[in-house]
Amino acid sequence: MTVQGNAAAPSSATGARRTVESAVIRFAGDSGDGIQVTGSQFGLEAAIGGSDIATFPDYPSEIRAPQGSVAGVSSFQLQLAGHDIHTPGDRLDALVAFNPAALKAALKDLKKDGLLIADAGAFNTRNLQKAGYSANPLEDGSLEAYRVLAPDISKLTMNTVEAIPDIDSTSKKEALRAKNMWALGLVLWLYGRDRKTTSDWIEKKFKKNEQVLKINQAALNAGFAYGETVGLPSTIEPVAVPPARLPSGDYRSVTGADAIVFGLIAGCEQLGLDPVYCSYPITPASTMLHLLAKLGGDQGVRIFQAEDEIAAACAAIGASYAGAVGITGTSGPGMALKTEALGLAVAAELPLVVINVQRGGPSTGLPTKTEQSDLYQAVMGRNGDTPLAVLSVSSPSDGFEVAREAVLMAVDYMTPVVILTDGYLANASEPWRIPDLSALERRTVDAHAVPENFAPYMRDPETLSRPWVVPGTQGTIHRLGGLERKDVSGEVSYDPANHQKMTDLRRDKILGIARAVPAQTPVLGEEAGDVAVIGWGSTYGTIYDAVTELRAEGLKVSHIHLRHIWPMPANLGDLLKGFKRVLVPEMNTGQLVTLLRAEYLIPAEPLNKVSGRPFTVDEIADAVRAMIAEA
Amino acid sequence: MTLQTPLKPKDYASDQEVRWCPGCGNYSVIKAVQKVLADAACDPADTVFVSGIGCSSRFPYYMETYGFHTIHGRAAAVATGVKLANPKLDVWVVSGDGDSLAIGGNHLLHMLRRNVDLTYLLLNNEIYGLTKGQASPTSKVGLKTPTSPRGTLDEPVNPLRFAIGAGARFVARGVDTTQGMLLETVKRAHAYHGAAFVEVLQNCLVFNDGSFDDVAEKSVIADRQLQLVNGQPMIFGRDRNRGIRFNAQTVGLEVVTIGENGVAEADLLVHDENNRTIATMLADLDTSVFPLPVGVLYAHPEASFADKLEVVEHDAPTLLQRLDKALRSGNTWHVA
Repeated sequence: MTVQGNAAAPSSATGARRTVESAVIRFAGDSGDGIQVTGSQFGLEAAIGGSDIATFPDYPSEIRAPQGSVAGVSSFQLQLAGHDIHTPGDRLDALVAFNPAALKAALKDLKKDGLLIADAGAFNTRNLQKAGYSANPLEDGSLEAYRVLAPDISKLTMNTVEAIPDIDSTSKKEALRAKNMWALGLVLWLYGRDRKTTSDWIEKKFKKNEQVLKINQAALNAGFAYGETVGLPSTIEPVAVPPARLPSGDYRSVTGADAIVFGLIAGCEQLGLDPVYCSYPITPASTMLHLLAKLGGDQGVRIFQAEDEIAAACAAIGASYAGAVGITGTSGPGMALKTEALGLAVAAELPLVVINVQRGGPSTGLPTKTEQSDLYQAVMGRNGDTPLAVLSVSSPSDGFEVAREAVLMAVDYMTPVVILTDGYLANASEPWRIPDLSALERRTVDAHAVPENFAPYMRDPETLSRPWVVPGTQGTIHRLGGLERKDVSGEVSYDPANHQKMTDLRRDKILGIARAVPAQTPVLGEEAGDVAVIGWGSTYGTIYDAVTELRAEGLKVSHIHLRHIWPMPANLGDLLKGFKRVLVPEMNTGQLVTLLRAEYLIPAEPLNKVSGRPFTVDEIADAVRAMIAEA
Repeated sequence: MTLQTPLKPKDYASDQEVRWCPGCGNYSVIKAVQKVLADAACDPADTVFVSGIGCSSRFPYYMETYGFHTIHGRAAAVATGVKLANPKLDVWVVSGDGDSLAIGGNHLLHMLRRNVDLTYLLLNNEIYGLTKGQASPTSKVGLKTPTSPRGTLDEPVNPLRFAIGAGARFVARGVDTTQGMLLETVKRAHAYHGAAFVEVLQNCLVFNDGSFDDVAEKSVIADRQLQLVNGQPMIFGRDRNRGIRFNAQTVGLEVVTIGENGVAEADLLVHDENNRTIATMLADLDTSVFPLPVGVLYAHPEASFADKLEVVEHDAPTLLQRLDKALRSGNTWHVA
């Protein structure tokens, strides 16, 4: 919890800083203001400085949304803390607003007495009008509840640039674009952070344009110096956030998309197999394709930008058929297009990993906003009785473990495995202890290995998985396809009894995965009590914080978080039956809750939100309090 | 890839009962393919037939090779994935006109432009057979079918023009009734390094019988087919006295008779497989006036998809080290 308040300690450039345990900061401005870069750089400085961080980038789907409009506001929120944190925070301790629209969009989230930094230079008549302000809020007294610091950042940035020797007039015109670096410098100073990493980053980013490089460096330094040297009002004090007590090791910052990519590669390497990643550009899944393309041949990863979502899935299936691990990444609408191909992979019983970075639906929906509304689609959304495994990711770095598990599961069970993550998780980042790859279990899978008395649909008695035995293997020629196969021999068969048997086998194979996954235990709390709050995916941090709060109040509440959406862990039904009430918060209209009710005949209750933004801790905690008050 | 002891064509036939209608044009295609594989001493274990959905897409079941009968229209995409994972496999795609040019048109287009190293046989019977006779994207205008009782209205797709337009570097045509020419054409296609596209006119005797009779019926073949031979003048006809000449005035091709109006063999257009303009003109010929060009229209050697792939041989320990390096690149920090 943040304790930054209005203590009237004198602000001083050199004096001791007051320590706060955590802070929630949001940068907000036009989508062309460089907000995402500013936020990520601040996050990186905070993480390198030893804080735990959690970030929430939020931006419009237009590349250059209408300037100055509330709809065009791009924002980057992060929490930094001296302890382990799980969310980017609900209420803001500080808001940096680059224009009136940003203030309009974000002010409701700023705590009373929170710090508002605004670029007074951008609060001109035109921008105020665009944001729907009739009077300038910086001057009309409407911001009295907050601590306001509103220098003319635009002008200060321009002055800084004017003062640099040898800057040509063309570059000067572009100088205003560096105001984000000026603001970043000031915020870094306010939170007692270094600026070296950012300075190095500018050096690298603009190495081909020395003028722009100088401008950005100067702006960053000027903002920092402004904090140090200009006597800030006494209410605006610089603070220090102590380092978090994280387990020792080497750390890096990782986004949810990066972690999945690393996990996919690691999983394939554990099995000695080649990943072949086939994808079609779609927001917000494309970042995975970008990272893989960058790693490219260097990692032994083959990537294929297909002509459409269907081809991406089909090429991945073709790759698996030939002995690689076929992987395809997408978001909801793309997932819909891949549906028929998933059925083929189920029928042909081939390994396939499918990543769905969920976004708001239906149809094109909210491409850059987060939602968890594709659970039904993942578990049930195919023609025929077509079971497959579904896993979900609960934090940015969790993607590494989930992706690794998905690869192993796909190969062990010869099945498609769907990984559900979402737009929020894919873009959010957190510090991540770099795993010791040499410690990962290694067991080489030979896709050419021929079992005794080979038949294409003979089965491993334990997993019910069929042998892979790919083309190029001598003496095992056979044909696969989407037509129903005869048990064991794999020949085309329309026999009624055989179809019953094969349908049962496909179901039992997938349900059998539950035997191999660990028993579900609560993340927080006991295995019985008044309320179980059960979630999946990116609600992890918020539920965790809410349940922590509730437990501190003495309430008998536990937090259960599912990674294995389908099949569900074998003990889940019994575990949930140990609670008087079961609450299922989801960013959809109630999908997991339906599944739980159907599977276990328990009166699980939904808590839903589909605003394109994550739950807040209060929303979940209040719902539980209400449940307990009713009882 | 090549067998020490070559097999016979029949060794490439599987033990599965063939379920095409008796007399179907597909039989002559599978016969040609099995002969080509035998002649090239191909190892069945390294050979993969990929197909979509339709009568012709049952092809893999009848071949004693690896096979993947996939979903409607997607064979080209699946085959591309097979080549991505293992470029050494000898991959064939067998597909029909609906599978390739209606539901799967997009995949065919992109497979061709990428020049994926495989042999693509489009068995064109100008009808949907397996769904019982609806008009296909290659059906001639006016064809009466259950979905077009008063005759189809849509202009058909010309598969060869489509392939050339998509950037195919090998484009050929065969006919089910001319086994020798078909065999030679498939052989050339199989030997080509890159995406080799072959349209085979194939009679569906149940739903569209006789659709190609005007060019494919045994008695008219000599007069109605132009068998292309690279480097040779374009001559056809029972008496080998008719030919194709380029007319510079109309910027087009015309049929002429040797010995009439002062036309000599030297005036005829000489086939050049490497010339895309000639290939385009041949693909475009109106066969109500011109003979049907058969054989290789276009063959232009170029780097294939696999040639351009950066394939790193699998070396797991090094790869884990590389992943570790990637994880540790950029900004990292140590927590004590």
